[in-house]
Amino acid sequence: MNLLLQSRTLIPGAILTVIFAGAAIVSMFWVPYDTTVLDIANKIKSPSFAHPFGTDQFGRDILSMIMVGARTSIAVALVAVGIGMVAGVPLGLAAAARKGGLLDEFIMRMNDLVFAFPSLLIAVMITAVFGASALNAIIAIGIFNIPVFARLTRGAALSLWSRDYIMAARVAGKGSARISLEHILPNVSNLLIVQGTIQFSLGILAEAGLSYVGLGAQPPLASWGRMLADSQTMISFAPHLALFPGLAILLTVLGLNLLGDGLRDIFDPKLRRART
Amino acid sequence: MSLLKIKNLSLAIHGVPILKDISMEVEPGRVLGVIGESGSGKSITAFSVMQLLPNGAESSGNIALVGQDILSLSEVELCGIRGREVGMVFQEPMTALNPLKTIGAQVAETILIHENVSRADAKRRAAEALRRAELPQDQFPLSRYPHELSGGQRQRVVIAMAIALRPKLLIADEPTTALDVTTQAQILLLLKRLVVEDGMGLMLISHDLAVVADLADDLVIMREGEVVESGPSDALFRNMQHPYSRALLKASGHVPERVGQTQDAALLRVSKVVREYVSHSHGLWGATSHFRAVSDVSFEIRRGESLGLVGESGCGKSTLTRAILGLEDVQGGEILFDGQPVFTHHHANKDVRRRMQVVFQDPYGSFNPRWKVSKLITEPYHLLEDPPRGVEQDAAIAEALESVGLNSDDQHKYIHEFSGGQRQRIAIARALIIKPDLIILDEAVSALDVSVRAQVLDLLADLSDRFGLTYLFISHDLSVVRSITERVLVMKAGEIVEEGPTGDVFDRPKHQYTKQLVAAAPALPADVQVA
Amino acid sequence: MLRYFFKRLLSLALSLLAASVVIFLALEVVPGDPAAYMLGLNAQEDTLNALREQLGLNGTILERYLSWAGGLLTGDFGISYTYRTPVADMIGDRLWVSLPLALYALTLSTLIAFPAGIWAASRRGSYVDAGVMGVTQLGVAIPNFWFAMLMVLVFAINLRWFSAGGFAGWDEGFWASIKSLTLPAIALALPQASILTRVMRSSLLDTLGEDFIRTARAKGLSKGQAMWRHALRNALIPVLTIMGLQFSFLLAGAIIIENVFYLPGLGRLVFQAISARDLIVVESVVMLLVFAVIMVNFSVDLAYALVDPRLRGRR
Repeated sequence: MNLLLQSRTLIPGAILTVIFAGAAIVSMFWVPYDTTVLDIANKIKSPSFAHPFGTDQFGRDILSMIMVGARTSIAVALVAVGIGMVAGVPLGLAAAARKGGLLDEFIMRMNDLVFAFPSLLIAVMITAVFGASALNAIIAIGIFNIPVFARLTRGAALSLWSRDYIMAARVAGKGSARISLEHILPNVSNLLIVQGTIQFSLGILAEAGLSYVGLGAQPPLASWGRMLADSQTMISFAPHLALFPGLAILLTVLGLNLLGDGLRDIFDPKLRRART
Repeated sequence: MSLLKIKNLSLAIHGVPILKDISMEVEPGRVLGVIGESGSGKSITAFSVMQLLPNGAESSGNIALVGQDILSLSEVELCGIRGREVGMVFQEPMTALNPLKTIGAQVAETILIHENVSRADAKRRAAEALRRAELPQDQFPLSRYPHELSGGQRQRVVIAMAIALRPKLLIADEPTTALDVTTQAQILLLLKRLVVEDGMGLMLISHDLAVVADLADDLVIMREGEVVESGPSDALFRNMQHPYSRALLKASGHVPERVGQTQDAALLRVSKVVREYVSHSHGLWGATSHFRAVSDVSFEIRRGESLGLVGESGCGKSTLTRAILGLEDVQGGEILFDGQPVFTHHHANKDVRRRMQVVFQDPYGSFNPRWKVSKLITEPYHLLEDPPRGVEQDAAIAEALESVGLNSDDQHKYIHEFSGGQRQRIAIARALIIKPDLIILDEAVSALDVSVRAQVLDLLADLSDRFGLTYLFISHDLSVVRSITERVLVMKAGEIVEEGPTGDVFDRPKHQYTKQLVAAAPALPADVQVA
Repeated sequence: MLRYFFKRLLSLALSLLAASVVIFLALEVVPGDPAAYMLGLNAQEDTLNALREQLGLNGTILERYLSWAGGLLTGDFGISYTYRTPVADMIGDRLWVSLPLALYALTLSTLIAFPAGIWAASRRGSYVDAGVMGVTQLGVAIPNFWFAMLMVLVFAINLRWFSAGGFAGWDEGFWASIKSLTLPAIALALPQASILTRVMRSSLLDTLGEDFIRTARAKGLSKGQAMWRHALRNALIPVLTIMGLQFSFLLAGAIIIENVFYLPGLGRLVFQAISARDLIVVESVVMLLVFAVIMVNFSVDLAYALVDPRLRGRR
């Protein structure tokens, strides 16, 4: 517990993250108002006691929409990070185990290639071919995450491979696959968790951007990016429509970044000293 | 008047006391050796003189440089003194220079920062300083970058920077620790010459008594932030008073007692081994060049023997070790362990591998930080087809730990809970657990403080007697090799240049290179009595 | 130096080749015949064939790739399925909005990040440092298109300093165009400037902890002199890497920001093309952006060699 308090960013980050993750979970069972039901009589209401964040142009409750939108954002970003880790980490481990070999060269060149396609361009291509959907957003962000994790894992693994304890494991007759699993992976896991939270937050931003330009979640699925897109034409007379979804994105991403920084502080005392 | 006079200096960093009431003096034209093990505060003392201290450092007492009180000077005044009145040389030459600037620019900077001279003038004087540090312009022009120089050459550049303005005091903080023995001897000689030529005072900091013994006129011995003993070195070496200094001196020349029961049968036979590396130095399609790391090496180790292998960095020691352990194939020759090849059909021979183990140099990098000691030391069980389990395994762990002088309860701890010396014991326990015949000790005591080193050497001697172990003892440190081996091989540029009983080789070296090595090795004065 | 250059050049060519194959294949799998789409349902078979010939749609997949890639090299991107005009012309017009926007944003981001990062690093642990870090923490977390909307609300709708959207056109004069690109460039630059500030700061702090800084201080350099003369250039190496990566985010991010401000750039072109299923335009724009990203990374590699003598090789 003492350790947790040593980082100034961990607790606020964790609180923000828990609030939005909580909202997403609660929305699966209960929301203040059904977001699929239109209530034109109550359209574009400013925040009030009945609707704390107001209502949109179809009379839907903004708070409820944000809760459901949290579910979309978190699901998309989480699965995309999952794709990046599941594909990227083994690639990085394999590249490091065969440093300088053909496999390493191939993996790193593929990485460079994917890096040349920002996730938005991947989404543009996928949408052009298959049409827009939340699934395409997941795939686009996920593909972009693969080289991020592959590079990180490879870099960290390479510095571990030169350690004497890896040599000791080889002297004990262990092969490179077993060494990667037993020695390398556990020792890079902290780094992966920290990078995971950062990619998670970037995923939320990317999903919002894609949905905003219509390449991500499609109606009737509520999404923060779409809410902002819908609010744009009304911003001059109903700024609250744009305010709350934007704040939701900002605070979620902020929370995850603070959490990531905090975790890094705790995992790596050396870095903490360098940063303060 | 003293050049540098430190009086009752105490220093704390963030409230933690580092130096406690220390005093010492440096006279012009004389060398003060400051000796201590890790944590003694010797480096912080040097940085106190420069006032280059970490944040949160608070000092009290008095540091007088030519009568001027350093502690009362402003930062601007200190900048005027650093580099002009006091020069400093550091331990790690590989990182001490800015990789993006030429050596000429870096040496000239010392001059430009302190004197109002033209750039051309500064360059001319930089060339002069480099020449004095024995880097002549025809071979090492000012336009060289640090990465184009070896470690020893870079250290000369650092020295040139420090002496460019002919400072009154030079501080050298472990200036040769990162260097090979022969390079070390040259650098020490250079420092000595500069002291004599310039009438400079030199504060030479080292963990190694023998390095300082040759050079120092006066000595200070430090431990845990305190000066335990000081005085003119001749007198001090002859008549040490403090128990710590005596223990230190004793440990430096320590020879473990060993019964030794070498048999005639060869355990490991290395014959005409060649290991080449191919480097694509000219691009993907260019010519490939072959680098022979090990060239036509033959020797054998007899059962129960302790064989030394000495050589400087890059001589092929490590490559040879990997080949013997069966981690890499060789291009020529064969390595037989008890008659069986160590490497067969692209794989290490497991029957042989389980009879060899290794202990590495770095006590901090040798263990997976996430494993408990019990898991760490049982890793070699992977080599056994039917490793002991359950109670049997617990007993084996306890036995291994106890045989290296640790407690069997230590198996539940993580590695970060142990000191460097204890970690090396755990590394030995890991090697012992499958009861090997041969243990390769790859610079196994080089990273340890002298007193800890002496204990580990004793342990190794004791273990070999008890278990009939055979050692291949690889080291750059001649005195250690001398103390624990019966026979020695001298390796240079991939070849074995000399071989024979350790005492004979070191006392009457035949090969030119061995002669150089022996001459370069720092030694305590011959007449010092180790009581 | 020459060897390094050719090695990078080779890698550049291979990347471009691989990227073009990926893009070509991705759009190959789309079902449907563009010629039939362009001519409608009642088209005759021979007219269709003639159009296919004209569009380069006949022949094997390899032939089609080669004719497409060959066209790219000569600046011929093909003909838009929807507008029947050369794609190169359509892109050319839009490029004069998107490219200045990205460069404007990059300039802003660099002009903010370098001083802020250096300032924070040199006052490490102070309120200045904490303030800079706090602001950048927000800047990294804010969605730039939302920030753009807020700026429109404040500076265009309420204060009326800028117009809410649209592009003046370079014919209307340099400053008018720059003015209409200012809010979009700020929105684009904010997150990138925040990231770059943080990278600059941490890279500089890392370098300040290096041994050679201590050597410089022992020569008599003050903290500031050691930082400017020795730390800064060394700290620039990771900063360059991030700047290279950022350029691709700026180009891609411009696609979204152009939508907020109704700028007639490549981004709007892509979305119109997607909704009109004008795939050759999508293909061309994506290829162009990927080309830009690869070229920028190539330049960054060359810049490394200028900064770092170790890459230039031994003489």
